Amino acid sequence: MYRGWTDRRGFIKKMAALSAMTAASAIFPGILFPEAQEWLGTGSEGLDWKKSPCRFCGVGCGLLIGIKGGKAVAVKGDVRSSVNKGLCCVKGYHSIMAMYGKDRLTKALVKRDGAYVETPMADALDLVASQIERTVEAYGKDAVSIYGSGQWTIPDGYVASKLFKGCIGTNNVEANARLCMSTAVTGFLTSFGLDEPMGCYEDIDHADVFVLWGNNMAEMHPVLFSRLLDQRLKRKGVKIIDFATRTTRTSMAADRSILFQPQTDLAVANAICHEIIENNWVNRVFVESHCSFRKGLTQMGYGLEDHYEFKDQSEKIDFKAYKKFLADYTPEKVEKRSGVSAKDIKYMASLYGDPNKKVMSFWCMGMNQHTRGTWIQNLVYNIHLLTGKIASPGNSPFSLTGQPSACGTVREVGTLTHRLPHGLVTNERDRAFAAKIWQVPAKNISPRPTYHTVEMFRALDRGDIRFMWIQVTNPMVTLPKLKRYRNGAQKADRFIVVSDVYPTPTTDVADVILPSAMWIERAGMYGNSERRTQYFEQMVEPPGEAMSDTWQLIEVARRLGFERQFSYEEETHIEEIYAEYRKHHDNDKHNMAPLSVLQSQPGAMWPYVRGKSTKWRYNLKYDPACTNGKDFHFYGKPDGRAVIWQRPYEPAPEVPDEAYPYWLCTGRVLEHWHTGSMTRRIPILHRAMPHAYVELNPADAKRLQIQTGDGVKIRSRRGEITLPAAVNQRGVPAPKQVFVPFFDENSLINELTLDAFDPISKQPDYKKCAVRVEKL
Amino acid sequence: MRIKSYLAYPQEGRKEELARSISNVEGCAVIPAKNRDVLIVITDSENQAADDRLRQRLECTESLKWLAMVSGFSGSERQSNV
Repeated sequence: MYRGWTDRRGFIKKMAALSAMTAASAIFPGILFPEAQEWLGTGSEGLDWKKSPCRFCGVGCGLLIGIKGGKAVAVKGDVRSSVNKGLCCVKGYHSIMAMYGKDRLTKALVKRDGAYVETPMADALDLVASQIERTVEAYGKDAVSIYGSGQWTIPDGYVASKLFKGCIGTNNVEANARLCMSTAVTGFLTSFGLDEPMGCYEDIDHADVFVLWGNNMAEMHPVLFSRLLDQRLKRKGVKIIDFATRTTRTSMAADRSILFQPQTDLAVANAICHEIIENNWVNRVFVESHCSFRKGLTQMGYGLEDHYEFKDQSEKIDFKAYKKFLADYTPEKVEKRSGVSAKDIKYMASLYGDPNKKVMSFWCMGMNQHTRGTWIQNLVYNIHLLTGKIASPGNSPFSLTGQPSACGTVREVGTLTHRLPHGLVTNERDRAFAAKIWQVPAKNISPRPTYHTVEMFRALDRGDIRFMWIQVTNPMVTLPKLKRYRNGAQKADRFIVVSDVYPTPTTDVADVILPSAMWIERAGMYGNSERRTQYFEQMVEPPGEAMSDTWQLIEVARRLGFERQFSYEEETHIEEIYAEYRKHHDNDKHNMAPLSVLQSQPGAMWPYVRGKSTKWRYNLKYDPACTNGKDFHFYGKPDGRAVIWQRPYEPAPEVPDEAYPYWLCTGRVLEHWHTGSMTRRIPILHRAMPHAYVELNPADAKRLQIQTGDGVKIRSRRGEITLPAAVNQRGVPAPKQVFVPFFDENSLINELTLDAFDPISKQPDYKKCAVRVEKL
Repeated sequence: MRIKSYLAYPQEGRKEELARSISNVEGCAVIPAKNRDVLIVITDSENQAADDRLRQRLECTESLKWLAMVSGFSGSERQSNV
């Protein structure tokens, strides 16, 4: 092997190797290059290696970051991390480059007479605080709001919630995780009474079958997908089933690819349950001991109108009634609606029903971004509950997340309008508990949830909200039916503050832009999909006047007169905030590991009880919170039983018709993370995937005389966009369906999407609306 | 300076042999995939003529089925990253 390179030569070689790894990852799902670690590390002698979770997705891979001369210069996977065991995906390997784009925001910018003027950070923070005061005085507390994200660190989200809910006294706290995983939350809450998965990634090492429900894991969670492939190589009989609406890299790597018509996963899941019962595959002892049966309201609507409200009301049913309900979901009946053959439905049911097979179900946005998303999560839990394949090694329904701390911050800190770090704003005891820790009067915390994300931006458009502070997210790319919400944010008497690291379409609508410190330019914690909290220290200085989102909030809180509640020392504030936050979860069901533990190892899983992470919740063998004397205890529910829900199939709000004959599905790509504001500034990733495109089915393309690269106009009832066509490229949609990724800010596909949402979770559906396709 | 990266596909069952052969070529480095029949090859040569010779030599490797270039850097190209 050639070794005699100079520094510059070595650097260029590493870039060349990374380019090849990027290309290979796009071609071969889950491909691994374990020797790359050593190879890329050549020439890195003298680096100071520090551990951190990855900046990007919710898998939470452990990284080691090489620091030299005050700069992050190298990345490798942390072999001590049980998440990725030393592996990285292409985004992870390139992650540090995202900090060094040429157009980093380094100074505060204030809009004056239509132009942005560089302003000292202290003056900009003064302006933010005074604008909050003015707005509250003129329009009331509920006219100010904060919109954060699953990229907020735990301290960021914690101080945001404390300031807005505890001190200012408004529940106008939301986060972009409402757009990506609030359905996962309501799924967990309705079935089990407590949020987040019962299992962990170690389930992968035990499972025999992996069923992926609308989850392109090869591109979205490549490191975890490589663990699935690895198990299939190592163990005989391991199978991967891809159940999706379009053929992707995941389908190509799976043992079986089964396509269904959009929205009909509801019917198929019920048909699987029907088959499980018909074939006597029900684990009767488990069901009788640990489950109850309920049904909820149906025909809930889709939230398309302003001020839409819905509250589910459920009633108890019995097994007999549930079985009768499933009679409408025989595989033969469901075949007609779903396009999935009865044979394939029976095959899937047989995998779940086989008592000798351990089964994991994975899902992410396909089931979360769904107008009946809570229902489909309930239905997949039903399958696992009926067969008793849950909460034990290898038997695990597993909801994946897309952001590094959607779980750790938004779900656990509770940065949603109805939530507190522990409990709900509607609960008097929970309010009093939070108020005591926050050192505010309990009456400060409003008992009334205000706006979920879509309604919050509607309120901004209507003028019910006049001030919004947006941190570490890009809603002017990600909101559905985007035009309305962008126009709303740009109205003359709205005041928008945006904290970010780069200019984005969201900073374009800001009155004040605050430069943020990114990731390892400050200290913090993220919480990943498997309840693992991971700490990272500050490793490098942020550029210019960039400041962490946590400290920006503290500075503004102090300017608003809340010095006592935000009296943290600058040197130790992350440690102090985390110690305060832990008090909210000080019980066997959710205890968080002390900071010293997080500093010494690649994270710990909550509940962290008596010095130990809990790998499998609700299982007496592993979970110290089980107290019912039985082998399982679903202690989130008052009766200790998980709920098997009767949930029907209902259609999507907008379905293809003569005028708009195609389904539009949107999503992500391997090379870019979400809106691409970071990854598009990494040249190798940008070159690998420079712009958005529209995938068409080859038969549709042939009929429309469209070839790859041709310009195609996609039009919905809300807007239109022109994109180059991709036919038989990376993904292949089913006939009469198209797919467009959303990472490209120059091609805003969300101009076309519909702002319908799941009435229970209030999460929009980005996977289904009707469009027209025309060749240019 | 010419630095290029390739994906190299071996003849069936000859991945290890291909990795060994290319590793022994002066100016070449190899990173094999663990779970796929493909190798990353990085080549380093002083000028275009040497680069052409290196590529010809690689293409003559018996255990090689197909070589696909992914990226190329010339000495004059400026890097804008870390």
